[in-house]
Amino acid sequence: MEETDEKAPSVIDRYYTRWYKTDMKGKSCEDHCVLQHSNRICVITLAETHPVLRKGSKIKSINYRISDGCSRLNNKVSGKSKRGGQFLTEFAPLCRITCTDNVEYTIFSCIRGRLLEVNEDIIMSPDLLLEKPSTEGYIAVILPKLEESKRVTNSLLTREQYEEVVSKRTTQQPQPC
Amino acid sequence: MLSLKEKDRPIVRKLLDAGCCARCVLRFCCVGKYASYQNSCQDINKELLAFLSQADSGQSHDASGQDQADNPPCKKMKLESVRAGEEASAEPPALEAQPDAQPATCVTCLGVLQDFCHQSFVTQVCEVVKKGGYQFDSLLLAVSLPAQLSVREHSCWLHIKKELREKSMCVDKEDVVQVKDAFKWAIQALVGRELGASMLFNSAFEVSIGFTHAETDGDCHFLATACSDCFKPAKNKASVFTRMAVVKALEKISDEEFLRQYPCPPARPATKCTPLETTCLHSSVFIAGRYNKFSRELPQTPWVIDGERRMEGSVEELIAAPLLSSFRADAFNFSSSGREDVDVRTLGNGRPFAMELVNPHRVRHTKAEVRQLQETINASSDKIRVRDLQIVTREAMGRMKEGEEEKTKSYSALIWTKKAITKADLDVIGNIKELKIDQKTPLRVLHRRPLAVRQRTIHSMSASYLDTHHFTLLLRTQAGTYIKEFVHGDFGRTKPNLGGLMETEADILELDVESVDVDWPPAVPE
Repeated sequence: MEETDEKAPSVIDRYYTRWYKTDMKGKSCEDHCVLQHSNRICVITLAETHPVLRKGSKIKSINYRISDGCSRLNNKVSGKSKRGGQFLTEFAPLCRITCTDNVEYTIFSCIRGRLLEVNEDIIMSPDLLLEKPSTEGYIAVILPKLEESKRVTNSLLTREQYEEVVSKRTTQQPQPC
Repeated sequence: MLSLKEKDRPIVRKLLDAGCCARCVLRFCCVGKYASYQNSCQDINKELLAFLSQADSGQSHDASGQDQADNPPCKKMKLESVRAGEEASAEPPALEAQPDAQPATCVTCLGVLQDFCHQSFVTQVCEVVKKGGYQFDSLLLAVSLPAQLSVREHSCWLHIKKELREKSMCVDKEDVVQVKDAFKWAIQALVGRELGASMLFNSAFEVSIGFTHAETDGDCHFLATACSDCFKPAKNKASVFTRMAVVKALEKISDEEFLRQYPCPPARPATKCTPLETTCLHSSVFIAGRYNKFSRELPQTPWVIDGERRMEGSVEELIAAPLLSSFRADAFNFSSSGREDVDVRTLGNGRPFAMELVNPHRVRHTKAEVRQLQETINASSDKIRVRDLQIVTREAMGRMKEGEEEKTKSYSALIWTKKAITKADLDVIGNIKELKIDQKTPLRVLHRRPLAVRQRTIHSMSASYLDTHHFTLLLRTQAGTYIKEFVHGDFGRTKPNLGGLMETEADILELDVESVDVDWPPAVPE
């Protein structure tokens, strides 16, 4: 019974490719994971090694207002072509997560593309992010430009490369995050 | 006879003087008798001259005394000018000057009603039609003329309008027979005889004859400055001077402005119109039915990513191939009541579909032939099966799309759950009725559909246990419900979802459409 559990490929396994950005902006262990669907849509999530998930403390708040003038909550898209969505570059902040230890983490876009939606559910229920970081606890959905859809993941790591980075960390630094 | 009235006489004279051909003269006299246009140019011309000379000799004819009294005193003068042309040809060469020689090209129709109304051109057109290999017993003639003909027509109308006003006669521009109609009246009997078909204005088979006249292309250009708002560049048009735009501009421009910018009557062209290639088009035939799809590796329509095909074949191609060859159609357009994913089977009574066959060359099919086609489709592959195949009307096809949102669909799904299933879990599911769910546009289709939250109803569900982590779920839902997303939740974007209802993680391994409850097309008895 446990076997079926482990063997069956999940929805993510079947339709998405996992890409990773490690040590985002030089900050140790702040790893992001981008799930790219075969239709080019990308879901931004926290990698399982991100300190927010690793250190075991609770989340105090999640804030999509990234500056005085700009809130990701105001993002609206209309029509098939998703007009009006905010256009993001790799290092565009999506939200800030403050943990109960008062440490604040910024989550970034990781790829160029148009913001389609952010996950408002995690604002009210931050535990979703801790419990199901790669599904219901996603951060945002981004649509890369059609002509860039193959290139947007160029600077990201594959699952294998990511695992390699993570295993080196554990051997080199006894207490990573 | 030409059925011209006394009051037409000055108009006839003026038009001939201006360089109009005989058929154009009849048009401006509003002669509505088809047969009048079917005589040869020369014969009509002779009759017109005879008609004029009647007046010259002072004879009375079908005209009343009143008409006589209406004749202006200047009539003699006009006639003299015609005569002068006849004798000396010093005047612009009028038609009647050389009744037997090749007449000059008409200033109004640019030769359409002169050189293309006889047997040799008709034979040329009919050869093209015959080569097309169409099956038809009636046809519709469509004629397209260069836009500048409207300008010339307007100029000529203004030319005789002055005359008509003097004589206080009440004729509208709309009463003038159009070049297009005169052309059809002149040739349709010949075409009909040659092709053995009747002429019907609503025939499904259309033969298009077109003309161009490069020399006078510039006739329209002055309108662009006079009525610039009528000429907006369109992506799909080669020139802004479309016939519709020119007609619109002519309605707007004042007579004074027109006369300032354009000669009245129109100037003599050096060449006549050139005929375009004759084209044939049969209106579409629509064929409908229901299909089953038994394969999880067959898409409904060709699946192309980045210009590359992902899977062999498709439902629409399997159905279309025998139809295209039997109806000898150029192309097809497939539509259906919803669609299933490549890995979803459609069982039960099947999914209603309709197919438009574009430009079919062979239309007539008996019920037996259609049934034979169905058998041919079914024999061609074991991945699909078609039933209720029938020819339908375009209007009836709408019935298929009408009910798309309101109708119900039934599905059967193989479900996996993370936690071990208890009988109580399955009972909970079976007791849920008329469950309203909110579905955000699934991520898997979000790249080509607008982002929205849609409320859908799961009418009922029932579950049957397979093993500790698997069960079969039967669902009856509102059409348009995304079943896969209802099961796995799509990143929590469908709420509630099956995983949430069962307080575990759920996934869908297989999906079959069991029925599409649309009562169209009607069943065809075997």
